[in-house]
Amino acid sequence: MIVAEQKPLDEIKTMLEGCKKVLAVGCGTCVTVCFAGGRREVGILSASLRMSTDLDGEAIAVEETTVQRQCEEEYIAPLEADLEEYDAVLSLGCGVGVQSLARQFPGKRILPALNTKFMGFPSEHGVWEERCQGCGNCVLHITGGVCPVSRCPKQLFNGPCGGSQDGICEVDPGTECAWHTICTNQLELGLFEEMMKVQPAKDWSTSRDGGHRRIVREDIRLPEIEKA
Amino acid sequence: MNMHYPAFRMPENTDTPPIAERCDSKLARVLASGEFAVTGEVGPPKGCTTEPVRTKARLLTDCVDAANVTDNQTAVVRMSSIAAGLIVLEEGIEPIIQMTCRDRNRLAMQSDLLGAYALGIKNLLCLSGDHQSGGNHPGAKNVHDIDSMQFLRMMKEMRDENIFQCGEEIKGGGPRFLLGGAANPFADPAQWRPYRLAKKALAGADFVQTQLVYDLPKFREYMKRVVDMGVAEQIKVIVGVGPLKSTGMAKYMRDRVPGMSVPDPLVERMDGAVAGIDKGKKADRSTAWRNEGIKICIEQIQEIRAIDGVAGVHIMGIEWEEAIRPIAEGAGLLPRPII
Ligand code: SF4
Ligand code: SF4
Repeated sequence: MIVAEQKPLDEIKTMLEGCKKVLAVGCGTCVTVCFAGGRREVGILSASLRMSTDLDGEAIAVEETTVQRQCEEEYIAPLEADLEEYDAVLSLGCGVGVQSLARQFPGKRILPALNTKFMGFPSEHGVWEERCQGCGNCVLHITGGVCPVSRCPKQLFNGPCGGSQDGICEVDPGTECAWHTICTNQLELGLFEEMMKVQPAKDWSTSRDGGHRRIVREDIRLPEIEKA
Repeated sequence: MNMHYPAFRMPENTDTPPIAERCDSKLARVLASGEFAVTGEVGPPKGCTTEPVRTKARLLTDCVDAANVTDNQTAVVRMSSIAAGLIVLEEGIEPIIQMTCRDRNRLAMQSDLLGAYALGIKNLLCLSGDHQSGGNHPGAKNVHDIDSMQFLRMMKEMRDENIFQCGEEIKGGGPRFLLGGAANPFADPAQWRPYRLAKKALAGADFVQTQLVYDLPKFREYMKRVVDMGVAEQIKVIVGVGPLKSTGMAKYMRDRVPGMSVPDPLVERMDGAVAGIDKGKKADRSTAWRNEGIKICIEQIQEIRAIDGVAGVHIMGIEWEEAIRPIAEGAGLLPRPII
């Protein structure tokens, strides 16, 4: 899932300066599961904003709604009906959700209430960890199911660096050394030959380095006539 | 963690010429001759005056075969290792330029190293680099386009096959660097470390310099595996040593530096050096500590020299470069051979 966390209230208030009426829009998918931008968080943030701006003497009317997925047109299109009455839309979706709203409603101020952090999962209740950077050329079959691109701060491809100790990464004492786990998994899975092979320099052109990425699937693309 | 690592024997070297033919550096000649090599280190200044480089270099004159010039060490911005290396060269000492994968992508690496070679630099140490979060620009973006193994492989192919990383031919021939890497015999997973050294040799390293070695029993075990695998025949192992300056420093290295092993008896010995000296007499304590640190270092070099598969020592002053001469002298490493 995409993992995000809420921006500080003061930063959100600064973004909203000058607004009288705002629509806070939550998203029912990833950011609901990571407790950052679901219906519940929309409620809490909206209440805090109302109270806080009221105390400041510049009360903002904040209304709430949550859609199932902000990143898909069919779920956000119905918002258009009442949009005119709002000075801005405060999105509690991830960065994709915010941009999806901005694309759908050009000319409307769409503001991000969250900082989108990474693709990952909860490793325990209340802890989320990054697991993928979308490099576009997955190597998990070689690395025993552990991603060196997103989990090793030095993005090594050829084994643990000299700072790996007791399974902990030298860069952050709170983080596992990804390569320690990769070695263990590789040995268990009989991938010793892969371990000893000098893995060639990665082709990053499939990653963000290659430019803005898009996928075109002619097999499921709608014909021009239908699109019109 | 006691995972079982399969047996490994280093494949025979069929494609790389003997070390002296790979590169015409002084370090290459010393290593090829079988003489016990001595390298040192010059840390470039956090500024743009040449004098600090010259002063540090002069402390190494006639003490070392070559000196490392660090590259933004600990991710703190300093004068470029290539520029400082040229100043070291002007002082009559052969530099070993360090370069990290943190600050440059493959384009910048290749281009800077073409230039470095053109200007007379002949030894290169290929490193991953310390993470920028611990340095003085923690907000910087790191690169890590390639890792240290891939870096070695790229440089070996530039030298031995005259090709750029992309496969294009280098007209007029590639830079003929003697290629080094780093090795930490004490990092985890411990069992992996000899294999990692083998991999560095396979990637193209002619030599490695190790992390500071204080724990000789543990280091002997490591070297035994390295020799048994046939790795020491294909890569020159230069062992990092350095004088302890105080009990506090010994304890700090033992307890706080990841991947460092300092045995308790050494810490106790440092402590014993100041026994009976009043805590208030700071200068006296410091002198006693430093004398003991030099003594320990000399003894360790002598023991290390006797270990099978060791090709030399890398003496690190750690902000105390004045100690290098008495250490080299005391360990019987002077005068350095002229080859
Ligand atoms: S290798 Fe690439 S695609 Fe696979 S998990 Fe890592 S970043 Fe994601
Ligand atoms: S300690 Fe492990 S995870 Fe951390 S940088 Fe080194 S190899 Fe990567």
